[in-house]
Amino acid sequence: MNQSQGFFKDIQISCLVVGWLLSNTASIILSFRVWGGQSMTDSAPSWFFYSAEMIHSLFLINHLGDIFLEKHWKSVISRSVCDYFFEAREKAVDPENVPPVLQTPHHYLISIYRGKLFFLSVIQTEVPPLFVIEFLHRVADTFQDYFGECSESVITDNLVIVYELLEEMLDNGFPLATESNVLKEMIRPPNILRSVVNTLTGGSNVGETLPQGQLSNIPWRRAGVKYANNEAYFDVTEEIDAIVDKSGTTVSAEIQGVIEACVKLSGMPDLTMSFMNPRLLDDVSFHPCVRFRRWESERVLSFIPPDGNFTLMTYHISSQNLVAIPVYVKQSINFFEAGSCGRLDITIGPKQTMGKTVEDLKVTIHMPKAVLNANLTATQGNYTYDCTTKMLVWDIGKLNPQKLPNLRGSLSMQTGVPNPEENPSLNIDLKIQQLAISGLKVSRLDMYGEKYKPFKGVKYVTKAGKFQVRT
Amino acid sequence: MQEWANQLCENRQFGSKMTDSKYFTTTKKGEIFELKAELNSDKKEKKKEAVKKVIASMTVGKDVSALFPDVVNCMQTDNLELKKLVYLYLMNYAKSQPDMAIMAVNTFVKDCEDPNPLIRALAVRTMGCIRVDKITEYLCEPLRKCLKDEDPYVRKTAAVCVAKLHDINAQLVEDQGFLDTLKDLISDSNPMVVANAVAALSEIAESHPNSNLMDLNPQTINKLLTALNECTEWGQIFILDCLANYTPRDDRESQSICERVTPRLSHANSAVVLSAVKVLMKFMEMLPKDLDYYGTLLKKLAPPLVTLLSAEPELQYVALRNINLIVQRRPEILKHEMKVFFVKYNDPIYVKLEKLDIMIRLASQANIAQVLAELKEYATEVDVDFVRKAVRAIGRCAIKVEQSAERCVSTLLDLIQTKVNYVVQEAIVVIKDIFRKYPNKYESVIATLCENLDSLDEPEARAAMIWIVGEYAERIDNADELLESFLEGFHDESTQVQLQLLTAIVKLFLKKPTETQELVQQVLSLATQDSDNPDLRDRGYIYWRLLSTDPVAAKEVVLAEKPLISEETDLIEPTLLEELICHIGTLASVYHKPPSAFVEGSRGVQHKRLPGSTESPDTTSAAAVSDAPPAVIPSQGDLLGDLLNLDLTPPTTTGPPPPASSENNLILPAIGAGFGAPPAAMPASFSAPVSGGLDDLFDLGGGVGMPMGAYSAPKTVWLPAMKAKGLEISGTFARRSGVIQMEMTLTNKAMSVMTDFAIQFNRNSFGLAPAGPLQVLTPLNPNQSIEVTLPLNTVGPVMKMEPLNNLQVAVKNNIDVFYFSCQYPISMLFVEDGKMERQVFLATWKDIPNDNEAQFQIKDCHLNAASNKLQGSNIFTIAKRTVDGQDMLYQSMKLTNGIWVLAEMRVQAGNPVYTVSTAACAYS
Repeated sequence: MNQSQGFFKDIQISCLVVGWLLSNTASIILSFRVWGGQSMTDSAPSWFFYSAEMIHSLFLINHLGDIFLEKHWKSVISRSVCDYFFEAREKAVDPENVPPVLQTPHHYLISIYRGKLFFLSVIQTEVPPLFVIEFLHRVADTFQDYFGECSESVITDNLVIVYELLEEMLDNGFPLATESNVLKEMIRPPNILRSVVNTLTGGSNVGETLPQGQLSNIPWRRAGVKYANNEAYFDVTEEIDAIVDKSGTTVSAEIQGVIEACVKLSGMPDLTMSFMNPRLLDDVSFHPCVRFRRWESERVLSFIPPDGNFTLMTYHISSQNLVAIPVYVKQSINFFEAGSCGRLDITIGPKQTMGKTVEDLKVTIHMPKAVLNANLTATQGNYTYDCTTKMLVWDIGKLNPQKLPNLRGSLSMQTGVPNPEENPSLNIDLKIQQLAISGLKVSRLDMYGEKYKPFKGVKYVTKAGKFQVRT
Repeated sequence: MQEWANQLCENRQFGSKMTDSKYFTTTKKGEIFELKAELNSDKKEKKKEAVKKVIASMTVGKDVSALFPDVVNCMQTDNLELKKLVYLYLMNYAKSQPDMAIMAVNTFVKDCEDPNPLIRALAVRTMGCIRVDKITEYLCEPLRKCLKDEDPYVRKTAAVCVAKLHDINAQLVEDQGFLDTLKDLISDSNPMVVANAVAALSEIAESHPNSNLMDLNPQTINKLLTALNECTEWGQIFILDCLANYTPRDDRESQSICERVTPRLSHANSAVVLSAVKVLMKFMEMLPKDLDYYGTLLKKLAPPLVTLLSAEPELQYVALRNINLIVQRRPEILKHEMKVFFVKYNDPIYVKLEKLDIMIRLASQANIAQVLAELKEYATEVDVDFVRKAVRAIGRCAIKVEQSAERCVSTLLDLIQTKVNYVVQEAIVVIKDIFRKYPNKYESVIATLCENLDSLDEPEARAAMIWIVGEYAERIDNADELLESFLEGFHDESTQVQLQLLTAIVKLFLKKPTETQELVQQVLSLATQDSDNPDLRDRGYIYWRLLSTDPVAAKEVVLAEKPLISEETDLIEPTLLEELICHIGTLASVYHKPPSAFVEGSRGVQHKRLPGSTESPDTTSAAAVSDAPPAVIPSQGDLLGDLLNLDLTPPTTTGPPPPASSENNLILPAIGAGFGAPPAAMPASFSAPVSGGLDDLFDLGGGVGMPMGAYSAPKTVWLPAMKAKGLEISGTFARRSGVIQMEMTLTNKAMSVMTDFAIQFNRNSFGLAPAGPLQVLTPLNPNQSIEVTLPLNTVGPVMKMEPLNNLQVAVKNNIDVFYFSCQYPISMLFVEDGKMERQVFLATWKDIPNDNEAQFQIKDCHLNAASNKLQGSNIFTIAKRTVDGQDMLYQSMKLTNGIWVLAEMRVQAGNPVYTVSTAACAYS
């Protein structure tokens, strides 16, 4: 007749004892609820109280859905929390399509997808999601930097270092040291030689002293840098993102530019980089080392560089008349109802190449499901068709303006299936050496603060980013 | 797990010998034992390797807590790496082994004095992460020293540690004066220390919203702005988020802050950029619009937002959700940037959908041609969800930009020609909306639509098509045939279609009464007699009666002119938008919900509002702070749609009209009708913990001069004005002379007079219901409050609620209907005749099975005072006796629904802790 359930806690509580009469049959359910009060000292359920953690836990998950690493910055959260993520993963079909922010009854899951791995963070409180995503990318970057790649095998091979790194990077949800220069002084990256030495001598891979850069006003640079050859090289890379429609008209076009630096200079060099045409740059983001005021007033980049490789600045050029489109594409892809076949004919030619050669030209087409096979002839390069992924890849190589490459032939289609409604888009890859397509040019690079004469160099390259031609 | 590890190990062993995977080679048998032996080895190197193995096991989720004492033994070492590894282990397992953890305290304290700052910082940091009370006690002294350490690295670590400690024991932090030290650190010479102090303080402030910790004044703001330039990117985020909470005194201060924040827009870290955008968006409100600087600022905001879209897709997603808010607030910022939102076919689907949303928001006469061309392109893509949304977007463009409507319609017709099933269906749904927006303009396409009648298999599309046929019945020659064909499978249709079909046929009848009498009778009988759906039956009966009593009135009702729909339907409501703008970059901005709505545990959320421009400084009314926010049922729009499902909305409605798709030509009695079904979808997180009930009841501490009579909690805000178009309701419950009363204060914070108040309860656990109407006889003027006491009875319908004492309430006034829920103290339900005979008590106590019993401990109360106070709340003391030096008090109480609760209170002499055992039984 009577049934009840309850749980009791030896805590200072507010409690609610309620008997609950369901119906006239006098069957009773007694429910006892125990709620936490104002005091924060008790062992109430961990999710109840405001938690100080920003990122509570991190799970690394491979493409098969196995969790192969977990790190908790506070109490241990059960792996079962990932089930919500797996559910979303299932629903998304492709791993790229998993929504980056998921809500569960007690937590939020914020994830990124990098190198076929999911970095899944569990958070409990209002926290800027961009903060978390940026941090996760920084973790992935650090792994890449330390181990040369960011993959499951390399991470499991270096579990202890990974764990030490994670602990060093985040303290109670506050990022602690995320600059690779600083981290490398605290935790040395693995290499075969040191491993051997460490094993023989009992040496350690943890720095014994506080990194100098950690607290100066230039946290990105370590002190006491010495090189026999002092050199500073800069790569200006521009990627063209464009959408070109059927008729060859540019729908949208923009340039994502980046200046990557490899600086190996002794001491505390202070560099200034100036451009021939700085007016091009109105949408920029800088490495923290760049003095923003100098840029605002004089349009020069003035900075004390970090040691080694780093991204000096990225920029974005969206005004369409500044974006040259280096190639044109003539294409026709048709599917015929009768005979269940299709025809494909693609020709590529140079458009605005500023007199340079287009290299590494490649066309990728994601074909509709119904296309079973492709029987084509290429006047230049090779093509492959993967009938499981439906990807047609035509690797052309160098573009010869005298003899334009052409790919044509027939497509065999599944019979009895209606014609595909969608038109496949063409994705173009290409590379142009010695050219920044926006016309950006570095005019000089000066060094102050040190007496030696460094080797300097600037290299330009233009690539296709997300360059799509619609059919 | 072990198998998995072994396997992993086999796979890896071939390749690299010098890697950590070697730590997995031990077999399951005796693994812990072997590790134990190694940990206790004399050789340092062996020890370190063993600890590494332990850590490796921990990372993959294995339980190695059994090794706790052995690992702790390795802690005293000169080897920094070993020390770090042991600390790592301690942080993970100290909580589960508190008694063992105390062994580590000495080493911690010693390490906090180490000459190496790295070790000092490491020790204080680790101690803060060990959430064990005994350790915490020892933390205070080292922490105090570290906060004043000469080395900034130690100070900055210590600053974070204060936040950690506060999370474990807030009182301790306050008592020890750490908060003041932390505030002093804002003036530290090192920017990193400042940033961490700010972060720690904001975090503490967030958990104690009323503590007024972050006392922001021009001086501190200046310090923060200086530190902003010099600290790390993460510190910049904390400082910017903190700045966003400040309200500048005037437009000049606002401008100078903006000027100093704008350089952050060029930061490589997107979180810094978005936080800077938040500060600027907020402070911009205070700038006069004719100021030159205002225009400059607007221009400066566009490029960084565009740049965010070239980042990784996850970042893009968050950025897009925020841009969605920004373009609603200030469309001018991005009006020329339409192209960056064009969709690339390899964008992840979540990015595609967001871009599409923003494209529509930015669509204007100037760019509509381009947008339409894009949308048409998208409608031929592969992904079904995306295609559907693209087709819908075309419809939304037509409604938004009148000049484009014709082009949109022809684009939709083109798409219908493709005969792709889901495209056709979506197109028909949006064409219905276009008809509603531009009546009598595009009806020429109806013929084309009718051709596709057979291919429609989704309820929404079928319903839309039926609506079109009914609405334009007079122009479609064979309308009766078409509708009749739907009628054949009436019972297999979804409710949506059934309702629509019913309405459409009635419309047809009113337009062509002669030919369709039979048809209308058929549908009315199908709806009223053969259907078990109450909505359908009700609507059928109403039509039936209308038609039979007064066909003219029926015509007026059914064929009345419908309100036009507008694009505003999908805009976020302005007050919510203002609040969300203040939360740019947070989870709230991603979910487009106010933070109070979904963040668990953030008690007492402060509703933020944009500062007014200097011309109208009404910022004082902004601070609607409440300690325990009552549960307010969200998204009125949806609920209105669900509950009332009104098409012909009351004319005075100021809020968004119900979604266009809930197109039902039916008037229901305004409020009562909705209560047939309980409000659906009450998010679980809404039941904010309210400490009421026995907590207050048993608050027996100060036993002197207690008033006799029932305890009644102070009033709390149940319905904040923000959620209810200016009506604020606060209230409490009381039991006075045997009557349960709901005491409410209604405050009108809106600009107009409120009248016609009414109240209803949803079904609830104890059948609480109003015993009379809400007595608000005079109209409520703006800024006026009125006290209302509503007597309640317990004879209403019963439904179990979660939590049990939850009560969902609807209040209506001349403006709208508002919903909220509150929790009543259970003591209200204790009836006056709850005193049980001693003998009966004894017998009953024995009869109640043990598992019906619950025990609690209460500290610091006085027995005699307690019994008096309890009696005031209808908890009756039956007997008192002393056994083995323990005082026992026996009590009984009875609930309104006849359940008896019996309690035994036990107090040990000299021990102020009371144990209460309660048991319950029922007499049917």
